[in-house]
Amino acid sequence: MTSTEAGELKRKAIEIRRHTVEQIAHLGVGHIGGSMSVVEILVLLYYRHLKIDPKNPRMRERDKFVMSKGHAGPALYSVLADRGFFSTDMLYTLNQGGTNLPSHCDMNRTPGIDMTTGSLGQGLSAAVGITLGHRLQGLPGRVFALIGDGDTNEGQTWEAAMSASMYGLGNLVVFTDYNKMQIDGPIDTIMKTDNLGARWESFGWYAQTVDGHDVEALDEALERALAERRRPSMIIADTVKGKDLPGIEGDYKNHNMPLGAEDRDRFFEHFAQLEEALA
Amino acid sequence: MNYKIARAGSGSAAATVTKSPEMREVYAGELTRMAEEDERIVVLDADLMRANGTAAFRERFPERHIDVGVAEANMVGVAAGLSTLGIIPFPGTFTCFAARRTFDQFFISANYARLNVKLTGTDPGVAAAYNGGTHMSFEDIGLMRTIPEIVICEPADPVSLKALLPKIAYRQGSSYLRLHRKPIAPIYDDSEDFELGKGKLILEGEDLAIIATGAIMVAEALKAAELLEGYGVTSTVIDMHTVKPIDEALIVEAARRTGAVLTAENHQVRNGLGSAVAEVLTDHYPVPQARIGIQDEFGEVGTQEYLQERFGLTSENLVKRALELIARKR
Repeated sequence: MTSTEAGELKRKAIEIRRHTVEQIAHLGVGHIGGSMSVVEILVLLYYRHLKIDPKNPRMRERDKFVMSKGHAGPALYSVLADRGFFSTDMLYTLNQGGTNLPSHCDMNRTPGIDMTTGSLGQGLSAAVGITLGHRLQGLPGRVFALIGDGDTNEGQTWEAAMSASMYGLGNLVVFTDYNKMQIDGPIDTIMKTDNLGARWESFGWYAQTVDGHDVEALDEALERALAERRRPSMIIADTVKGKDLPGIEGDYKNHNMPLGAEDRDRFFEHFAQLEEALA
Repeated sequence: MNYKIARAGSGSAAATVTKSPEMREVYAGELTRMAEEDERIVVLDADLMRANGTAAFRERFPERHIDVGVAEANMVGVAAGLSTLGIIPFPGTFTCFAARRTFDQFFISANYARLNVKLTGTDPGVAAAYNGGTHMSFEDIGLMRTIPEIVICEPADPVSLKALLPKIAYRQGSSYLRLHRKPIAPIYDDSEDFELGKGKLILEGEDLAIIATGAIMVAEALKAAELLEGYGVTSTVIDMHTVKPIDEALIVEAARRTGAVLTAENHQVRNGLGSAVAEVLTDHYPVPQARIGIQDEFGEVGTQEYLQERFGLTSENLVKRALELIARKR
């Protein structure tokens, strides 16, 4: 990745954060923290790696993406709208009656969503199924998934981890949004998952840990993961919950919180400063 | 006895139906037959392929059989992922695990996601016998019945199983097949046709209607109907192989004809077939009803014969309850 390309992705990340804050502030409440921590991962996938066609969201040969932490839907919706899967106006219907953008990802409502998620722990199993299906059907698409700290608590995630390595799913690349916060508090006080890389390695995965807000580091890790053909890959993205939101960054209470126009304006001011620093 | 079906052994296929095949053999055989013609058919197991007969499928199609080990939740999630690609997955395990353990996975990843997962639970209710109370599912239909849009099917014999399996496979949407896996004598002639959601009127009589489901209770209902003849009672007997969507028209017609309905299921009467029939009667044609089945109890260990006695799942108990019910009509 050239520094120009990296700069573009960094600017895109700010834009996605702005759309996401706008969506949630428009409604007045939402899953803001975990939507901010995943932004660089989504930007890297959707603006550099995924083979997808916004005009043909169900294209058979596409790469697939499963957002197992379904509550980060708003960040993904910002990306999908920006990529042209639907209009940006639709973003402001989030969670309102009859919307096609529900709080948790829904494959039947939202163009570009590959799997319905929201009950934590289920996304990785679906991704394993999709990967096995690609193998059975000889499809070229690669399969990506994103799990969170909550998913990591769920036993089903580890059942899925075992099956992915048993079946040698080299075509599966999973990110952990390791923001180290869960709803009830920091993970160290609620459910420790230290040595996370070693845990995945011991389950037979190729595991790497990188700064989850550094697009260049994420990209290098992803390239290594894509080169690994025998084992499924886990990229543990070291992230910050509520990243780049002054005043609430890193606070577990930002999981799902009210957000008003004043908060939005304060965050937007910060985003403008970040953009200026990039210029 | 006023039979409305071609009975096993009555037709040209008489020679083939003299034996009682294992239901699991019929299940795996039919899946394999479908898979020969359709590469979308995939079978998943959670370390019970020998118990469930699907080892035979694996032998024929090793690449289309996925054993995930003892991880039922993952099995259902993987099946959901496969079905996003148009694959038709049949994950299977014992009923107790299929319903209790994977309920959220089946609910969200398969049904809420409007995917196409064909979940099979084997050894329903007292058929779990020596596996005992932990493995005895008297609640699986009840759990499944609360899932919107689902199809729940419990075939009574090998002929109906064989006929209904392709209908389950080629109906778009998730389903739950409640499958007896042991040897069962055929009720129907091979020529009999079955539709999901359409109960099978086996016998037509005037004094009461017995609505039964599954491989144990439909047979007991037919025995009971014979015994009831000795009391001068003629019975309508319906094989309600599809518990959801339930055949409302057939229930109402039977209630209108006989004025009394006895349900029989190898399951809790709460939220099972008895409840489903009661809902229809309440809404459309209230008549006296009695429900044979487990009366809010846990399962326990024993032979199937012992457990049928223990929980009243016998033709003798059906006769007793039928006579009480008929008395209530007057």
